Parts: sequence; structure tokens; C-alpha cells
Amino acid sequence: MQTVEQSGRLHLLRAIILDSIRKNLKQYTMLAALLSIWIIFSFTTEGIFLKPRNLSNLFLQTATIATLAIGMTLIIVTGHINLGVGSVAGFLGAMAAIMQVSWGFSTPLTIGITLILGALIGAWEGFWVSYQRIPAFIVTLAGMLAFRGATIGVTGGKTIGPMQDSFKSLSQSYLPSIFKIPHFNDTSFLFIIVAIFLLVLVDFKKRKTRLKYGFTVLPMEMQILKVLLLSVVIGLTGFIMITHRGIPIAVLIVLSLTVIITFVAENTVFGRHLYAIGGNRDAAKLSGINIELKTLLVFVLMGVITAVAGIIFLARQGAADTSAGNLFELDAIAAAVIGGTSLSGGVGTIPGAIIGALVMESLNNGMSLMNMEITYQYIIKGLILLLAVWMDFLTRKKNES
Amino acid sequence: MSQNTILAMRSITKEFPGVKALDSVSLEVRTGEIHALVGENGAGKSTLMKVLSGVYPTGTYHGDIEIDNRHQQFHSIKESEQAGVAIIYQELALVKQMTICENIFLGSEIATSGIIHWDRALKATKKILEEVGLDLDPLTRIINLGVGHQQLVEIAKALSKKAKILILDEPTAALTIEETELLMAIIRKLKERGVSCIYISHRLNEVFALADRITVLRDGKTICTRETKELTQKQLIAHMVGRELNQLFPKGHRTPGEVVMHIDHWSVFDEESGDIALRDISLEIRKGEVLGIAGLVGAGRSELLLSLFGVWGKRISGEIRLQGKRLSIKNPHDAIKAGISLVTEDRKRFGLILGMDVEKNITLASLEKIAYNNVIINQNEEVKASRHYVSELAIKTPSIEQLAGNLSGGNQQKVVLSKWLMTEPKVLILDEPTRGIDIGAKSEIYTIINSLVEKGVCVVLVSSELPEILGMCDRVVVMHEGRISGELATTDATQEKIMHLATGS
Repeated sequence: MQTVEQSGRLHLLRAIILDSIRKNLKQYTMLAALLSIWIIFSFTTEGIFLKPRNLSNLFLQTATIATLAIGMTLIIVTGHINLGVGSVAGFLGAMAAIMQVSWGFSTPLTIGITLILGALIGAWEGFWVSYQRIPAFIVTLAGMLAFRGATIGVTGGKTIGPMQDSFKSLSQSYLPSIFKIPHFNDTSFLFIIVAIFLLVLVDFKKRKTRLKYGFTVLPMEMQILKVLLLSVVIGLTGFIMITHRGIPIAVLIVLSLTVIITFVAENTVFGRHLYAIGGNRDAAKLSGINIELKTLLVFVLMGVITAVAGIIFLARQGAADTSAGNLFELDAIAAAVIGGTSLSGGVGTIPGAIIGALVMESLNNGMSLMNMEITYQYIIKGLILLLAVWMDFLTRKKNES
Repeated sequence: MSQNTILAMRSITKEFPGVKALDSVSLEVRTGEIHALVGENGAGKSTLMKVLSGVYPTGTYHGDIEIDNRHQQFHSIKESEQAGVAIIYQELALVKQMTICENIFLGSEIATSGIIHWDRALKATKKILEEVGLDLDPLTRIINLGVGHQQLVEIAKALSKKAKILILDEPTAALTIEETELLMAIIRKLKERGVSCIYISHRLNEVFALADRITVLRDGKTICTRETKELTQKQLIAHMVGRELNQLFPKGHRTPGEVVMHIDHWSVFDEESGDIALRDISLEIRKGEVLGIAGLVGAGRSELLLSLFGVWGKRISGEIRLQGKRLSIKNPHDAIKAGISLVTEDRKRFGLILGMDVEKNITLASLEKIAYNNVIINQNEEVKASRHYVSELAIKTPSIEQLAGNLSGGNQQKVVLSKWLMTEPKVLILDEPTRGIDIGAKSEIYTIINSLVEKGVCVVLVSSELPEILGMCDRVVVMHEGRISGELATTDATQEKIMHLATGS
């Protein structure tokens, strides 16, 4: 009797896991790819790669590209592209540096104005794309050139710095520890505990409302197992940072942005409209969606996110120079695509983009640790990108047939 | 096969998933004959021509093709061209940015080792253009030519390939009267030179003026082949529409109520060409009835619907009133808010987001109904709403998370219908709602329409299938060349009467 029930449970478990893998094939492959990259590097760097110090550093390095990739995913999902984010991030960083160094603005004021400038630049590009119907490729290519020039113009070709400590702390400091215990950051620990608690709370609340509506839910054990697994992942990642110096502020910013934008993408009318526009523009229009306005708005959002990335990068460097942001757009596009965003529009997730950004930065970080020549670093990154797009093509072809 | 038969197609059967498009069709064309192929939309004319021209390669259909008494098996369009078949499509297949000369020799360039001999090509182009009576510079770009001249360039291109059998599919649909006459003169000239021509047209006047013989197709079957002299227009129409209405249409007795929507003096100009596309159209739509709009392809039916919905046309004049209130519709959102919904034709292009799941497709046009403050979607309400429509319309899908692109045609159409029902329209406009779906799903959609009418929704049904119009509608408005050419109550409408109005004869 018991064995029958047990085998039934096992069957159910298998069915649920298989179903989940089938539905999220891309994400799982990318996660698997990320883990394999980490394992390979842990061998080639004699374990240095997986040390808390390096991983913590890796997350910090990833912050800029991950931020840009979040915005880029929305842009690509809507069926557009943005080639200008690197130049714009560089320009906004330079403006922030001028505001603080030359004009003596406080850190909050500098950040506020930089975000507004980002929104304005996004609105400008969005206007050309949506209301003048110039392909985003061209509009943002023009922006890439123009803002690179503008950066050189406003900085006069010089490095502008240093930024105030309060500004630099955005990328150079960690959640402050209260009791100063060595190799243990108490506030970060608390933060992780709260995060896990919230996760459990939200998950079970969701279960409750689903039951109220009479929808099917996972069996209780499965639900607990799922939450437990997620908690372990969060806990492990958190543990790495807790035992190093704590959670970096920049990582917190990226995390909040990830949560907010994921919510926008999945739970809001605006987000849904972006996916619809990218999936089938004509059908979206005929369903009453204001395509022009939504396109403008997604570019404004991209502009603000670009400003955030520019600020994080400037804070990390401590000063602005003319080369800041060079080729960031390509890393951001690569991250989005590796994370499963389809360049033909309508498909893509924010967590996927974060994984993609981690893949790109892990390659950078690991290959640098190995002292690999820059020649091969570029070649390998290029090949990985090609591989990712090829996989996207294959899965799409499979879906169509 | 007699000596002067150039083409014989015998027992051609072509099946698509769920549909038999051609059922043992035969067609015989003589050398130097103009042979008209007529039938309703969907009768199988285009499919038959695609079989002949190798678009559907050998093996994908059953039956024999013989040209010049030789058995033919085409694996590609190229092979059918080599056998002397040239097809000129409804949508012109010219590269608009290239010159006449480049287009005529596209794919068969006069070249040695890949280097084109432009002087020889130009000379040859000049000669061919003269043959079709065109005095044009071979270096003119296609984009600078009118549609009529483009058509003739297509024919010149076919002749350059030594075509023996020329297929013209609705060649005059976009032509002016003068251009049509020029085209007909050239076809006659080609006939004298021994070129055979298969002429597909809805315009029966042209068919009678031009054709030596006529073959009628209906429902994928050959009905008859006759000498044109032996037929009257009336007889021909009877052959084209001949079927009996069956029990597919479960229409009960309806009593039309008050007028809900008025369209008055609606005139619209074409967005691209700037020509007038719809002239002075006035309609009344009543509660509790189905209004049919019939007409041939190109009569302006879809344009009418799209202009009402705010997505097509410019310099629009006229007015729409819904329940006495004057509407100003600038985009689909205005229309939906006012209570008008449009189920467009071509569900894959205009109706569905194929890469989105069933659930999200259903709720797409009414997210404000299930979102807090029109911002955050209540996902539980979303699941509830889409499940409601999936069960009410009996959509066959493994789950609401299935991608719309993975469903069958009939179920896809039901998803589109659900999307529009969820907007709770007062007026539901359906453009070719049953095209390309099987009989079972068709009949289900008819049942849905009937239950909507009972609930007091006004339904406008645009269809090219006359039995559908007659079976489902209470009143029929017939369009011809952007105008309303007549209105009939279904009680005294017949397919023949509708055809007469639709062909403008």
C-alpha cells in the first residue's frame, strides 16, 4: 500500500520536474552553462575563482552590465535594439562627475539629475523610434556616435575626479556591519534571512489565493521542497558575501532593479504590452495597444536604467574618463541574448539576462585570473555569443515545427 | 490526347491537413487557346495553378500532368518554367527597386562566368518589350511604373523564358479600364502566336470577352468545361455557386430589433496610393441580427472594417453613431472602448501572438478589466477569465499555458474570438471567421455567433463564402469596387443575385 503511494508520488515529482524543465529549457541550460563555466575556472585557476573574495568581486563587476542587460531585455522584447547604451552611460557618468567635481553638487542631487538626464535621452531616442519610425538600430547607432563625441566634449578629453566618498560608496562599500565580527557581516546575514523569510511568505500566500480560486497547486511536500531549494541557493550565494565583506551596495541596487523590473515585465499591463508588441506588432495594435506610447516609455525606462549603470560604473572607477562605457552595449546585448531573449522580439526574461551577464563577466574574470592573453579573451567571448544565438535559433525552429 | 492539346492535367488531388483542396480535378488546354478558370474564392483555382507551376512539387499531390504529350514531374518552379509554364501572380513578383532589364533576366542572366553582358540583355529586353507593345526604356525602375505596366513587364518576363502556357491569376484586379483593354489586346496577340493562356478572373465580362473555353471549379472539383459560346452569364454563375445549402447553419428565427449602429456617408482614401477606396458607404446595424457583407476580393470589405476600427485609410469622411452617440475613432483602443470589436481575417498575422500562450492572448485586449488601477495584472483573475472562455468555447488545448502557435486553426480562431468576446462588445465584426478551418470548427463558430445574437450582440459577418452569408445572415450588403452595390434580405437573396451585384454585371 505504502509503496504504491510512494511510487505515485515519485511519478508526480518526475512529471513536475520534467514539465518545469521543458517550459524553462533555455533558463536551465544557461544556468547549467554558468555552473560549468565556474567549475572549469575553479580547475584552471587552482580554486581561486570560487573563493568568496573572487566571487564577491565577480558580482560587483557584473553590476554595470547586469543593469544594462535588464533594460536591454525589455528593449529587445519589444522588438527593438539599443546600440547606444555604452556611450550614453559613459556620457551620463561624465556629466555626474562634472556636477560633483566642477560644480560641487551633493551626491543625492548629482544622482537625481543624472537619472533625469537619462530619462530625457531615452525620450529623445524613443521619440525617433516610435513617432518617426526610424529603426532603433539607426537611432541608437547615431546616439552611440553622438554621445561618444559629447563625452569627449564635456570632459575636454581629461579624466574628471575624484568623486566624493559618499558617491564612490555606491560601488565600493558593503552593507555596514554592526558588531564587527571578523569574516562575518551581521547586517548582510540579517538581510539574507529576511529575504528568505519574504520568499517563503510570498510563495505560501500565492498558494493560498490559488487554492481560494480553486486552481491546482503543487502538493505540499513539493511546495516545501521548492522553497527549500530556492532558500539554499539564496543562502549559499549570501554566505559567500557574508563571509567576505558583506553584500556590496551595487549588488543590492541590481537586485532591487531585478525584482522591480521582473515584476513590471510579468505583472503589469505595461510589461504585457511590451511582450505583445514584440510578439506581433499588428495584432498588438489591433488589440487596442498604443504602440507608439509604449515604445517611447520603454526607451525612457532604458534611459533611466542606463543612468543607473553609468552611476554604478563611475562610483566603481572613482572618476570619469572618455573611454567609460566603451562596448558596454555589446556586452549587454550578449547578456540578454545568452539569457534567452529572442532577437526577433516577444521572448525574454530579466533573471535570464542576469544569468547572461554573470556568464559574460565570469568569462572576463576567469580568463583574467588565468592571465589569458586578451586576444583569446575576445575570441572566446565572441564564440560563446555565437553559440548562444545558435541555440536560440535551434529552440525556435523546434518550437515552430 | 488530341494533336492540339498542349496541357492536360488529370485527376489532380491535393490535400492539406484536414482539407481536400483539390479532389480529382482535370483541366485540358489547347494550343493557342485562352482558357478561363472560374469559381468562387476557395474553389481551388490557385491551388491547381500552384500544382501546375511546381510550387507544390511532385509527390505532394496525386494525378498526372502532361505538356506536349510528355509526362511531367516538376520538383520546382524552375522545372515548370523549363517546360514552358509561366505564372503571373496576383501579387506581382517583381523586384521594385530594380530596372525592367534586371527584372526580366533575374535568375536567368545572360552571363559568362558570372559576369553579366548588359548590352546583350538590354537589346533582348527592348525586343521583348516591343512584343508586348510596351515602348519603355529597359533601364526604367519598376517602382516608377504603374500597376498595369508592371503587369505587362511580368508577361514580358514570362515570354523571355519561352513560355508556352501563360497563367494569369486575377491580372486585372488592380488595373484601370484602359490598362485592362491593353492587357486583353496583348493576350489576344500572344494567342495568335500560339501561346496558350489560362485566365483566372472573377470579372465575368472579361471572361466572356476573352476566353475560348471556360472551366468551372467548385469545392475543389471540376464542374464542367464548356465553349464560351455555349454559355450565358447566368448559366455560368449557376455552375459556380451551384451547391445546395445544407444543415451547417443552425439559424433560428430572429426578430431584428432597433438600430444600434449607423454608418453614414463613409468615404475613405487609400493610405498608399491616395486613390479613393471606399465611396459613400451607409449602413445600419440592428440588434439581434447578423448583417452580412459580401463581395469579391478587392471589393473593399476589409478596408471598410479596418477604417471603421481606426487603423486604415486617410481623409476619412462620414460618421459613425453607436446608440445615438457620435463616435470619433482614431485607433483600435477608441473602438474597443466604444464597444466595437473586430475579428480580423488572417488570424496568424493580425489576430494572434503566436509565441504567447492561450491565456495571455485571450486577455490581451481587456487587461484593464483584470488589472488593479489598470496597472498591475491580477494573475488569478486572468487565469479564471481565460479558463472561462476556454471551456465556454470548447477550445481544445492541453492547458492555458500552451502557446497559441501550437493549436489547430479552428482552436486558434476560437482563441481570437475569446479575446474579442472578453471585451464585451456591443457590435462584433467578423472578417472571414471560418477561412481555412474544418467543417466541425466552422459549425461550432456558427453556434457561438447565434448565441451571441440571442444575447443581444450585433454581429457583422464578412465572408467570401456565399452559403455562409446566406445561411447565417438576416440581411446582406454587397460591395463592388469600394461601393455598396446592393442590399438584400436573405429571405429573397440567392447566390446568383449576390454574384450579380458583386461582379457589377
